[in-house]
Amino acid sequence: MRYILKKAGVMIVTLLIISLLAFLAFEIIPADPVDTILGTDYTEERAEALREELGLNVPLPQRYLNWLKGFFIGDLGISYGYRISVNELLEGKVFVTACLSAIAFVLVIIISIPVGIFLARFRGGIIDRVFSVLNQITMSVPPFFIGILFTSIFGLAMKLFIVGDFVSFDEDPSKFFVYLFFAALAIALPKSAMTVKLLRSSIINEMGEDYVRTARARGNTSSGILWRHVLRNSMLPVITFLAVTLADIVAGSIIIEQVFTIPGIGRMLIMSIGNRDYPVVLSIIMLISALVLFVNFLADVVYQYIDPRIRLQ
Amino acid sequence: MKKFGKILSLLLAVLMLTAVLCGCGDGKDAPAQPGTEPGAESGSAAKEPVYGGEITVGIAQDLDDSLDPHTMAAAGTREVLFNVFEGLVKPDTDGNLIPAVASDYVIGDNADTFTFTLREGVKFHDGSEVTVGDVVYSISRVAGFDTGVPLISTFSAVESVEAIDEKTVIVKTYEPYIEFLAFLNCAIIPEGSNPAEDGLIGTGPFKFVSRKAQENLILERFDDYWGEKAYLEKVTFKIIENGDTLVMSLKSGAVDVCAHLTSTQIGGLETDFNILEGSMNLVQALFLNNAYEPLQDIRVRQALNYAVDRQMILDFVSEGKGFIVGSNMYPAFAKYYEDLSDYYSYDVAKAKSLLADAGYPNGFDFVITVPSNYPFHVDTAQVVAEQLKAVGINCTIDTVEWGTWYDEVYKGRNYHGTILGFDASGAMTAQSLLARYESTHSKNMSNYVSERYDETYNAALYATSEEEQIALYKQAQRILTEDASNVYLQDPCDFVAVRKGLEGYVFYPIYVMDLAGVHFVE
Repeated sequence: MRYILKKAGVMIVTLLIISLLAFLAFEIIPADPVDTILGTDYTEERAEALREELGLNVPLPQRYLNWLKGFFIGDLGISYGYRISVNELLEGKVFVTACLSAIAFVLVIIISIPVGIFLARFRGGIIDRVFSVLNQITMSVPPFFIGILFTSIFGLAMKLFIVGDFVSFDEDPSKFFVYLFFAALAIALPKSAMTVKLLRSSIINEMGEDYVRTARARGNTSSGILWRHVLRNSMLPVITFLAVTLADIVAGSIIIEQVFTIPGIGRMLIMSIGNRDYPVVLSIIMLISALVLFVNFLADVVYQYIDPRIRLQ
Repeated sequence: MKKFGKILSLLLAVLMLTAVLCGCGDGKDAPAQPGTEPGAESGSAAKEPVYGGEITVGIAQDLDDSLDPHTMAAAGTREVLFNVFEGLVKPDTDGNLIPAVASDYVIGDNADTFTFTLREGVKFHDGSEVTVGDVVYSISRVAGFDTGVPLISTFSAVESVEAIDEKTVIVKTYEPYIEFLAFLNCAIIPEGSNPAEDGLIGTGPFKFVSRKAQENLILERFDDYWGEKAYLEKVTFKIIENGDTLVMSLKSGAVDVCAHLTSTQIGGLETDFNILEGSMNLVQALFLNNAYEPLQDIRVRQALNYAVDRQMILDFVSEGKGFIVGSNMYPAFAKYYEDLSDYYSYDVAKAKSLLADAGYPNGFDFVITVPSNYPFHVDTAQVVAEQLKAVGINCTIDTVEWGTWYDEVYKGRNYHGTILGFDASGAMTAQSLLARYESTHSKNMSNYVSERYDETYNAALYATSEEEQIALYKQAQRILTEDASNVYLQDPCDFVAVRKGLEGYVFYPIYVMDLAGVHFVE
C-alpha cells in the first residue's frame, strides 16, 4: 500500500511540474494571442479589453494558479480561438483519438501475439529468419512514414478512402472505422514488431527453463507445454510492455493524425499551438501526460502484484 | 496554412486561398439576383426550382474563430455566417444596400442621422419577433456603449442609438458619415444575448445548427424567414484544408459546391460541375514604397506603370482571365468604380524616356518582396520582374514568409515594392479600400503623401449626399492613378464549382457566400 501511495505522489508531482513547464513555455514564445484573435487591424483599447476578458492582464503566477484551480475542478477554460469552453471543444476530439488508439491497441494484440508464438515455436526456421529481418525493418520505420505509404497505397492508388477526408461517427460509423483503420495500422505496425520480438525471446527463454525439461520428461508434447505452461509465464513481461505501449500509442497519434488529417486531439494540439490558443494546448498536454503517467503507474502496480520481489525491496 | 484565414481582418484582408491561379470570364457581368430570381443562372430558365434537399459545401480553412457575428475576424467565418445573420440593411449582388431587418430608412440632410423603420414580422431563429429593443441592443453592443470599447472600430463614430417608438430606431453619428449605412449590416441579435453563451440566433434565411472544430458547420433552413425562403433544407460546410483532397471530394460526390478554386483545381470537374467565374473582390497591385529614393520621383513611378503589361500578366498567371484595374478599386464595386484600367498603356519607350528624364537612364535597384504563402502573388511577381528588367530596372524578387512580410513590409514599411491584394473586408464602402492612402493613416503602407488626395478623400468621407460622395471617391481614385501611387494590376478571377442540377449560385462584391437562392432543378 505504501508503495502505491508513494507512486501516486510521484505521479501528481510530475504532473504539476509538467503543467508549470508547459505554462512557462508560452510565456517565452514571442507572440501575443490577441494578435491572432483580432487579426491585423485593431485599436489598442480593443486589445486591452480583450486581454482583460481573457484574464491575460493579471500577473503570471496568479494566472497559473487560476488555471490550475480550474484544471483540478474540471474546468479547462475557454478557447481563445473558438470562444467556447475547452471541455466542449475537446469532447468529440477525445472520442476520435480514443477510438483511434483503441483500434491501434487491438491491432497490436491480434498481430503480435499469434506471430510471436508462431515464430518462437518454429524458431531457427526459414520463416523465422525472414520474419526477424522484416521485424527489424518495421520496428525502425517511424509511424508517420508508414502513414504516408498507406495514404499513397490504400488512399491514392487503391482508393479505399479519400486522402485527407474524414467521416465522423454520427455520419456513418462504418466509414468512420475505415478512416481510422489505416491510421491505426500505421501506429500499430512498429509497436507490433516490438511486441513480437519481446514475446518471441520471452518464450524461447522460458522454453530453456528446468520446468520445461521436467514437463517433457513426464511425457508432455512440445505444443502442450507451450500452451499450458510456457505461454503463461512468458506473457508477464509482455503485458507490462503493452500497458506502456498503450500510452505510447496515444502520444503517437498526434503525428499520425496530421498525416491522415483525422480531427482528434493531436491535430487540435498542433493547430492550437500555431494559433497561440493556450487553454487548448495546456489542456491537451495535461490530458496526454496524465494518461501516460497513469498507465505507467498502473503498470508499476500490476507488476508489483505479479512479481512479489518488487514488493520486498 | 489555415492560420492565415485569421489574418484577413478589418482592414487588411488578403487573398485567402493560397493558390488562386484563376482566369475570369464574363460571369459577373450578369449576376443573378439572390433569392428573388433563383432561375437566372445560365441555361436554367426552363427548369423548375425544387424546394428541399441537402448539400455539402467545401471550405478550405477551419472556422477557428469566434462565431459571434460582432467579434468574428476571419473572412472565412464572415462568408459562412452571412446566411445566418442580417443587419438593418444588407448588401445585394450589385453592390447596393437593400433594407433587411429594417423595411425602410431615411438619411438625414446632414448625413449624421439614420432613421430606420423596422420591418413587420421579422423573426429570430428562436421564434421571437424582432423589436426595436433588439436593434438598439445590437448596435449599442457593437459600439461598446457599456464597455467604452467598440467591437468594430468604425462604430466609434456612433454618438447614440435610440428607439423613438415601437417601429423606429435612430442612429446618430458625431460627424456626417453617409457611408456608415454600409456598416449597419452588422448582425441584429436578441436583446441582452451573448452569442457565445446563448447560441447563434439571427434573422437570416438559415439557422445555425452546430459546429465541430476542424470538421464541419451545419445550417438548416429557417422556415419563418421574412423574405424569400431558402430552397435547401440543410447545408453542411465541410472543412477540407488540403486542396487536392478538396478536388477529390468534389469528384467523389462528397462535396457539391466549392468556391475559390484555382484553374488547376477545376480541370476535370466540368463533366459533373458547372464552373462559375466571378472575381476575388480584391485589388492586386505592385505596391510601391513612395519613400524609397528613386520612387520619390513621380516620373519613376509612372515609368513603372508604363513598363508593366497587365494583359500579359493575366495571360501568364490566370490564362488571360481576371479584371484589369487602374486604381485602388475593383469593378464589382460598381457604384464607386472609376474605370482607369487603360490610363497607363503598355509603352516601353515611354517608360525608358521617363526613367532617363528622372536621372535613372541605367535603371536602379528594385526588390519586390512577396509573401511565399500566396503562390498567385509570387507568380505575378515573376512576370512583373521580367517586364521591369526589360526597361532597364535591376529588379529582383525576395520571397519571404508571411510573418516577416507582415513585420517588415506592412508594419515596418521597409521595402521597395511588394505584390499583394487588399479587399474591402465585409463592408461595401469605398472607404475601406481608399482610407489607407491618407498621408497620416497608420496603414499607409505605400508612404503615399498627397495633399490633394487627403482633401478629396476627407471631403468624400464627410460628404452629405451620396452623389457628391461617389463623385469625390471617383476623383480620389483618379488622383491615385495620376500620381502613379502604385502599379495597380487586377482583380483576379474566382472559380466556383457547382454540381450540375444545382442552380442559383450568385456572386457578391464582397467576400460572402449566399446560399439562400441555391436550389435543385427538376
